[in-house]
Amino acid sequence: MDNSARASRADLAIGIGVTALAVVLGWQASVIPDNSAYAQVGPALFPWLIAAALFVLGVLLIIAALRGGWSHESEDAPDNMNWAALGWVSLGLLINVSAIEYIGFILASTAMFVLIARGFGSRTPIRDAAIGFSLALVAYVGFDRVLGYKIGSGIIESLI
Amino acid sequence: MDTLAHLANGFSLALTPINLLWCLVGVTVGTAIGVLPGLGPALTIALLLPLTYKVDATSAFILFAGIYYGAMYGGSTTSILLNTPGESASIVTSLEGNRMARNGRAGAALSTAAIGSFVAGTIGTIGLTFVAEPIVRFALKFGPAEYFSLMVLSFVTVSAVLGNSALRGLTALVVGIFLGMIGIDLQTGQPRFAFGVTELLDGINVLIVAVGLFAVGETLYLAAHGKSGPPEVLEVKDSIWMSAADWGRSWKAWIRGSLVGFPIGAMPAGGAEVPTFLSYWMEKRFSKHQHEFGTVGAIEGVAGPEAANNASAAGVLVPMLALGLPTSATAAIMLSAFQSYGINPGPQLLDTQPALVWSLIASLYIGNVMLLVLNLPLVGLWVKILKVPEPLLYAGILVFATIGTYGISRSVVDLLLLYAMGIMGYLMRRFDFPTAPVIIGMILGPLAEQEFRRAMTISQGDLTIFLTRPLSLTLLIIAFLGVAGPWIWSRLRKPAAV
Repeated sequence: MDNSARASRADLAIGIGVTALAVVLGWQASVIPDNSAYAQVGPALFPWLIAAALFVLGVLLIIAALRGGWSHESEDAPDNMNWAALGWVSLGLLINVSAIEYIGFILASTAMFVLIARGFGSRTPIRDAAIGFSLALVAYVGFDRVLGYKIGSGIIESLI
Repeated sequence: MDTLAHLANGFSLALTPINLLWCLVGVTVGTAIGVLPGLGPALTIALLLPLTYKVDATSAFILFAGIYYGAMYGGSTTSILLNTPGESASIVTSLEGNRMARNGRAGAALSTAAIGSFVAGTIGTIGLTFVAEPIVRFALKFGPAEYFSLMVLSFVTVSAVLGNSALRGLTALVVGIFLGMIGIDLQTGQPRFAFGVTELLDGINVLIVAVGLFAVGETLYLAAHGKSGPPEVLEVKDSIWMSAADWGRSWKAWIRGSLVGFPIGAMPAGGAEVPTFLSYWMEKRFSKHQHEFGTVGAIEGVAGPEAANNASAAGVLVPMLALGLPTSATAAIMLSAFQSYGINPGPQLLDTQPALVWSLIASLYIGNVMLLVLNLPLVGLWVKILKVPEPLLYAGILVFATIGTYGISRSVVDLLLLYAMGIMGYLMRRFDFPTAPVIIGMILGPLAEQEFRRAMTISQGDLTIFLTRPLSLTLLIIAFLGVAGPWIWSRLRKPAAV
């Protein structure tokens, strides 16, 4: 009983989130200048329809959540969350996005690789770093040198 | 006759050494990503979209088609040897295939899956060859109103009718249409849903959404909720060559599976889940070896659904190539590849790009032969790939996700968008929302709006154009019944039940 009540609270948050998104979309639709003289269907019609549809769906999700929710049928109850693993993976993503412009794709990706592997239970950071570095190097050479996409500069990138 | 001449022309283009090489790369990569859990054809083709700026259209589509077919073959290997299906359509294969492998018959199961995939893939491709042109002839009579209604029907079937919940499916679809609408409206030049962010004026690349949902979202989900410890990979102990009895039991199931899979895949609804389950049910119902189902594993239960899966994959290409209507996430991403070449998908595709379409179809025949060779004698290689440790697999996927997004734009905003999509993908997976409707809505939504505007221009603003044209009205009624039908049905039955 307690478990299902908690699950429906999580579902309720999703329903409220969808409804809130719909309100934001409605606000964005309202700032589109609609010069219908230009065409039969102005640029704002579909955005309004989407905002309205999402609002209705959000309200229906809230009702479904209040009636006990739906996601407790699945086994991913929040108690079984592996916060440590999620933390390592998120840290990897954050370091990648904040460092990539300064140290370059290869080193940022290597750091991310090690942290994500740690999140999935690897206990060999040095070996992971070697594998991640080689993989990033191969990907960089493939994209930058073979396909000709300029991935930007970095510490390692300037050496090769 | 005309069709065969076109097909012969397609073969002459697909059989050039460079295109054979693209096909071989495609089916090899496709099998590998099909084998690896967590990677699918939609994600892989999305990551390879940058190729479309560097490689000519024919080669790129031969590569994509190879990946698409290869993933179906590879997925069956995973579902037989590992109890976690590589992609959703092979769930049914694992029901019997995994049991056969546990009872020392992994070789026979892999063999019937691979040969069945070949038979069904070839039957499906033959179907595609001969059905595409008649459908195009019919579809050329469609006006914008019919197109809009057909897209509405497709929206409803991919989101509301298939899947666990119409409510969550439609929510995913509408979010997808919203993502597709971000950026400058091409007809009026007005920015929409850009929130004042300059980077959003060009719209969001489908690559970012697909990679975010499928790669980042999946990684976050598995980190938070995955089972710890490496999964058990079953050994292949017996011969991969089937016995005469196995052949006798398999071939009819392959044909039945193909005949179920292709037409259902070709419908504007699409999806491989329905035909595979239907085929499983049929085989179980009519089998003379009932006692093997659910115990030691029945070979028909692998052969039929696996054939249905591959035939429906060929079927999905019918609305994609003949109508420009994608009914799976992979087809939607392939459609966006057409757009990045400046090619308009739709019924005129066959007339404006015959060389491209027919060499694509020819490459499917060739790819099927390659896949049979690649999957039967070389199965040991794929089993090794299956043993790649999870930490390295997901860390590696994220490295490729980074280079796929940051590598093209060199924009940290794109990386942040990728992570935002990843969080959305995690929440959708956690709260049981389907993700494919997001991609389909994103690609198809703007096209639907375009057809709507054309129709309204023709009718001079009269909305009834969608209801006065018989075909358009029929399509809309079917779509309405798809959403409201189950609800009305339950209301009608309630008084009787209580």
